[in-house]
Parts: sequence; C-alpha cells; structure tokens
Amino acid sequence: MSADLRDLYQEIILDHSRNPRNSGEMEGATGEAQGNNPLCGDRVTVFVKTEGDIISDARFVARGCAISVASASMMTDIVKGKTLDEAKAAFDSFHGYLTGPDAPQLGEEDELAALMGVREFPTRIKCATLPWHTFSAALDGRADKEITTE
Amino acid sequence: MSGANGTYPIDRIRRDFPILSVQVRGKPLVYLDNGASAQKPTAVIERIAKTYETEYANVHRGVHYMSQLATDAMEAARRRVRDFINAASERETIFVRGATEGINLVAASWGRANLSAGDEIILSVLEHHSNIVPWQIVAEQTGAVIRVVPVDDAGEFLFDEYEKLLSDRTKMVAVTHVSNALGTVVPVQDVIRAAHARGALVLLDGCQAVPHMKIDVQALDVDFYVFSGHKLYGPSGIGVLYGKESLLQAMPPYQGGGEMIDRVTFEKTTYAELPFKFEAGTPHIAGIIALGSAIDYIDAIGFDAIAAHEHDLLDYATQQLTALNTVDIVGTAKNKAAILSFNIREVHPHDVGTILDHDGIAVRTGHHCAQPIMDRFDIAATVRASFGLYNTRGEVDALVRGIHRVQEMFG
Repeated sequence: MSADLRDLYQEIILDHSRNPRNSGEMEGATGEAQGNNPLCGDRVTVFVKTEGDIISDARFVARGCAISVASASMMTDIVKGKTLDEAKAAFDSFHGYLTGPDAPQLGEEDELAALMGVREFPTRIKCATLPWHTFSAALDGRADKEITTE
Repeated sequence: MSGANGTYPIDRIRRDFPILSVQVRGKPLVYLDNGASAQKPTAVIERIAKTYETEYANVHRGVHYMSQLATDAMEAARRRVRDFINAASERETIFVRGATEGINLVAASWGRANLSAGDEIILSVLEHHSNIVPWQIVAEQTGAVIRVVPVDDAGEFLFDEYEKLLSDRTKMVAVTHVSNALGTVVPVQDVIRAAHARGALVLLDGCQAVPHMKIDVQALDVDFYVFSGHKLYGPSGIGVLYGKESLLQAMPPYQGGGEMIDRVTFEKTTYAELPFKFEAGTPHIAGIIALGSAIDYIDAIGFDAIAAHEHDLLDYATQQLTALNTVDIVGTAKNKAAILSFNIREVHPHDVGTILDHDGIAVRTGHHCAQPIMDRFDIAATVRASFGLYNTRGEVDALVRGIHRVQEMFG
C-alpha cells in the first residue's frame, strides 16, 4: 500500500466516515444549504444554528464518499462554538490548505491535518471542499441556491 | 494469456495498442474504462499522422491536389462506415462530433418539424443523459410529452411495459441499444417492430453496442442510429448519424454554414444534397479518415472473435465478483455486453476508484451520466468495469486483487 493512499485513508478519516459526528437533520436551523457534485451525484445538506454571532450547532446529511463524509463530520465539529468570522476564516484557510501551491504545515493537534492527504489526489479535492462550500452557503442564508462544485 | 478462446490473438492485439505498455505508478495499466472511451491502435494513430503529413487540406472546396486527396480519403472513410453498418447509401451516413451531437441533430431537426403538443416520445430509464436532455429540450419547445419505459430489478428492459406505452400519440422511440451503466442489451429488433406497427420512428443510441457487435441498420429497419468514434477505437470528436434517406431528405438543416449549402444569396439559400446538408463547417477530416482505419482494424479481427472474447471476460469477471460476498453486481440482465457495474458494500465507488487507480486499474466510478437508472436502483453511483477487445482474464484478476485491497483498507 502506497504512502499516499495511506495518508488519504488514514484511520481518523475512516473513523469519521464510518461514524460521522453531527449527522442527521436539525430542528430549528437558522441556515441550511444543499451541496451537489454534478460529476459524481454526491449530495450534502448542511444545517447551522446561530445565536447572535456564535454558531451554536452544525449538522449535515450526506450521500457521498469517505472523504466528503469525513470532511463534513470534521467540519461540523470544528465550526461549533466559533463566531461567524472565525468560521469563515476556518473555511478560507481549509480551502487554501487544499488548493494552495504549497503543503501547509499543520500540527498534529490540528484535526484538519488528517485531510491534507487529499492534496495528492486532485480529482478528490472537490469531495473534501463540498461540505465547506455548502456550510458557507448555509451561513449566508443562500438556502434557495444549490451549491455545486462545478 | 489464459481464456476460453485460445485462438484469439490477444498478445498481438495488445501490442497494437501502444498505451497498454505504459506503466501507471510503476504498475502496468489495466484499462477497464472502455465504456467511457477506448484506446487507439497504432493503425489509427499513424493514419492521423499520415493524413496531416501527406494528404491534408480542406475538403470539398479546393481545386488543388491536396484538397482532392483529403476529400477522396474522407469519402472513402464514409463508404467504409456505410459498409460497417450496412447503410443503403453514403447519403445516409452523416458525420457528427459524436453520438451526443447526432441525437441533438435529430431531436432539433426532426423533432421541431414533426412534434406538436400532446405527441409522445418514448425513452427508457436506461438512457444516458445525452438521450434524455435533447428530447426534453424539444419537448419543452413543442409541447410533446416524454414517457419512460421501466426496467426490472435485473435491469431488463420491460417490453410489456413498453408496449403499453405505445399508442397513436407515439411519434418517436429513442432508446439505447446497450445500457452504458448496466450493460443490458435492449431487444431493439422487437422495439423497432412494435414502434413501426404504431407508426412511430425509432432512434437507437448505439454507443455501447457498436464496439461489441455487428450492426446492420437495414436488417434492424431502424430509422436513426448514432454512435461515437472514440468508443470504437477511433479518434474522439467524430461520430456517425445514420438516418433513412427519406427522413433525412425531409428534415430541415440543423446548423447553417459552409459545406451545407447549394447556393447562398441574401434572398434565399438552397441546401446541399445529403449527407452534406447536415455537415456544416469544416469537418474533423483526419478524425473521419482515422475512423475508417479503426473500422478496418476491428473488421480484421472480426466481431465473432471479439464478441466471444469479451463474453468470456464478462462471464469470468461476473463469476469472480459474485464469489466476493461483499460485492453487489448492479445489472444482471440475461443479455449483457462487456459492462460490469458493481458496488462494494459500505464503500463509496469513488473511494474504490481511487484505491484501484493506485494499482494502475482504470475504472469508471459515478453515475455514468445515467442518473435515472441510478435512482431506479436507489444508489448514487457504481463502479463500472467495461471491457474491450484487448482486455484479458489476467486484468480481471488484477481487478479482483484491487477489490481485496479496498476491503482490507475499509474492512
């Protein structure tokens, strides 16, 4: 088994994909958006609840691959309790990590480090970023507009 | 090389395809994505080079030597295509960019001229998006209604249901010859007979049929037949629309431009004769000529041998995958052609595809541009292995080893 592949499917990713955190619909969401990858048919719905400036809850429902489900699971864990600005900054940095020219230096403690293996698989980057784009749309209240990766 | 068909010249055939000796991450390429596009033999590659090196100019225009050479080569290829599908005449053999353009041409040209509100177009749930969307567009423009033939749990085209949908309102039946997602061979002869009995026309999407079986459009009595060159070991960007001459004569042009005209004035333009009426603009000259070479290549092996070889591969792969108790084969019709769609339980097809790719195994993962049939089986996607004339049982074994690795990883 190659190192690249091990990096992509490391245990933490497989764990999040098998036992996704914050999976399921949300009662009383203040924002909701649907994401869609038209190339593969994968879909994710992200629900957020904000109280003032704080994201008090985030959940998702996904039909997708291990990478997209793990990314959605980790994302919802990360953004909960953050302010809107902090969450948007997290989205920007995650996007930068995956699509920037140089591999980011992330500490072991950074949960997103587990997703950096995706950098070596260009065709799979959209799988990891779709939940985040959808989350961003849910925050912006763009629920009427479906987000696609294309 | 193992295989039931011991006389099939598999080693020589594989040497004819340069890309098959390319290594992918240090491993031999195992190309099982022929349903998406097939690889090209040296004969096709060299024919493209020879065209540009020694006999290229624009066609049907120049008085000069090179234009005549190119025109002769292109028209020789047209005759080659005519013979290949047994069309009655070259006038019925129209070059298009691919099957998608062929279907769009018929839907737009024939559809807009002949459909009106309440008329019905019958499709099947097996269709590729390219045989759905053009009809939806023309249905929206004309008020025609689309009806859909269902399949059973094996992915069999339900002929009884089709007969129930047929009525005097049916004007067009547009179905695939072989399902690109499941491999189901549709009983097209019966489909055509039943449609004609009701006065409806039939268009067949032959993309997944033409590489695997002999097509005889006259024996089928089909009205329109489309296929793409790139799935037939020929170049991409070139395809064929066959249409019965009487229908094509009556149809208005699809695109306007050069080559499709007889005489242009600002008062009135008259159109060129078939097939040029439907070939506006400079065609894919080298692509057409090399498509002729692809057909020569296939004919030299022969469809009897190709079909026997590919059926052996499909049967062997079906047996091997059925023996894996975590694999579900999607599409188990009795009559299938060279396509094996499956899912590994609890693992998404994209993850399967990425892991197989790491072993040099190229498969298609996703909805195969056939979302209605995915919805029918309540799945988002499948892994699809599709075989060509150069695949081997050894490559099926590599696929099975790859599936074991997926299971280890996700186990």
